[in-house]
Amino acid sequence: MGLLNRLDDPYEGGGIVLGKVEELLNWGRSKSDWYLHFGLACCAIEFMAMNASHFDFMRFGTIPRTSPRQADFIMITGTVTFKMADRIKVLYEQMAEPKYVISVGSCSNSGGPYWEHGYHVLKGVDRIIPVDVYIPGCPPRPEAFEEGMMKLQEKINQQAIFNKRKRLGIE
Amino acid sequence: MSEKKRLDLEYSQLDSDRMRINVGPQHPSTHGVLRLEVEVDGEIVTEVVPHLGYLHRSFEKHCESMTYQQIIPYIDRMDYISAMNSEWPYVMALEKMLDIKVPEKVEYLRVIVAELNRIANHQIAVATFGLDAGAFTPFLFYFRDREFIIWILEKLSGARLLYNYFRVGGMAADIYNGFREDCLSVIEKVRKTNAEVMDLLIYNRIFIQRTANVGILTPDVAINYACSGPVLRGSGVAYDLRRNEPYSIYDRFDFDIPVGKGEVGVVGDCWNRNMVRMHEMEQSCRIIEQALEQMPMEGDVKANVPRRIKVPKSEVYMRAENPKGEVGFYVVGNGTDKPERLKARGASFVNLSVIPEISKGYMFADLILILGSIDIVLGEVDR
Repeated sequence: MGLLNRLDDPYEGGGIVLGKVEELLNWGRSKSDWYLHFGLACCAIEFMAMNASHFDFMRFGTIPRTSPRQADFIMITGTVTFKMADRIKVLYEQMAEPKYVISVGSCSNSGGPYWEHGYHVLKGVDRIIPVDVYIPGCPPRPEAFEEGMMKLQEKINQQAIFNKRKRLGIE
Repeated sequence: MSEKKRLDLEYSQLDSDRMRINVGPQHPSTHGVLRLEVEVDGEIVTEVVPHLGYLHRSFEKHCESMTYQQIIPYIDRMDYISAMNSEWPYVMALEKMLDIKVPEKVEYLRVIVAELNRIANHQIAVATFGLDAGAFTPFLFYFRDREFIIWILEKLSGARLLYNYFRVGGMAADIYNGFREDCLSVIEKVRKTNAEVMDLLIYNRIFIQRTANVGILTPDVAINYACSGPVLRGSGVAYDLRRNEPYSIYDRFDFDIPVGKGEVGVVGDCWNRNMVRMHEMEQSCRIIEQALEQMPMEGDVKANVPRRIKVPKSEVYMRAENPKGEVGFYVVGNGTDKPERLKARGASFVNLSVIPEISKGYMFADLILILGSIDIVLGEVDR
């Protein structure tokens, strides 16, 4: 998985890794993501199972935080209702940059089973906050959570840190 | 509302220390998206006002545009920790309306899956209650064991959490080879872990000091608020629908109704409510053992029911004992394949209403424990 594997290929006696600083920073960032501990509905129970003995979510370097100000990413685990939507937006805005969002389950992806008749359900959390990774399922299996987390790490690893605006061609 | 505002004014004039604070909807200990408006005098709680509706998923209105079979998955999403148990009263209600007799094997299979799910629910309840008190190890123990129960239910129904396994007049699928052995090995594991948790958590001195004599719910208050389930039985009232109004085949089994006895603390406090859940797991194990012995292994798991169910103009209320209390469904049919009206009685909703009554006068940290001991699920509260 990237950086440390290059130590196997010793350069002038070993112990030296050649690469960009950006890679090092992204490597560190992607392996120590703290998340906002926030359960909404059914998916939160699967997320509890994910945190427990069999699946051990913390091996990804994630630590649950109860304050959005200390969190790197937020997991929207469950149905987002209209009443809850304002609060989720506030929580997202309170998080410090860089921040990521994982949308878990059909409900927060698209409204799910409540898409057609649910008069009080937001049809997808991406209508109020930008989503990085969608995990499908109702509720997703813990293996799907792992896949989603790996996808987020992949995304962080590819991210630009320096000269962002220039590289993206904004200026 | 006007009275409350005047109270606020008086406090400010007196220059007292009373303060109104919000707990939730984003809070690690509210077991979902419950919001509590708490008035505190220093550390002492003087008033609690629960605010609901953060998970209102329009269940009842939704059902009016669904056919009868399509409603079953939505019932799963009501009380998502004990989905099997919630499906049962609804299916029973329809069977009563249509006058369907289900096969013997189905009745036993229903008892077994419901009791397995009851164990899984109580495991989560005790685990999160311990988590609220600051004990992390029982959480890991119980989730390790719960996974084995979930594997059985997954092999039966294909889903891990929301099963959609019950059908009108039967079950979705038959049992698999080795079902009996799996159940017996799970019971063994549950008993072993329960004995461990008894030492580790329940009779732990710190845990007793935190939970005994806290949040005392007297029997008359519990009955006045229509509490049910372990909350009522923790107050010493031996009321269980499986015994008092036996539905299905519960009259064939030999099991006890555990009640709070007050061996530690007072009858009706948090410790006793929690203890009832521990004993109920053991009783569920006993029921499963008896059911496995009596269950006919041959035969079909579906009664002869038409694919398209049309319910005549009638109404029925069916209730059953869920892990959290009494859950009932009031179904009004209008001659088509969709219900005219479907009202659900959620046990968590009723049990939650007792919170303002029993949390006055305790410390703020105890409020979290009282909430944890009631074991609510917000999907069922808000529906």
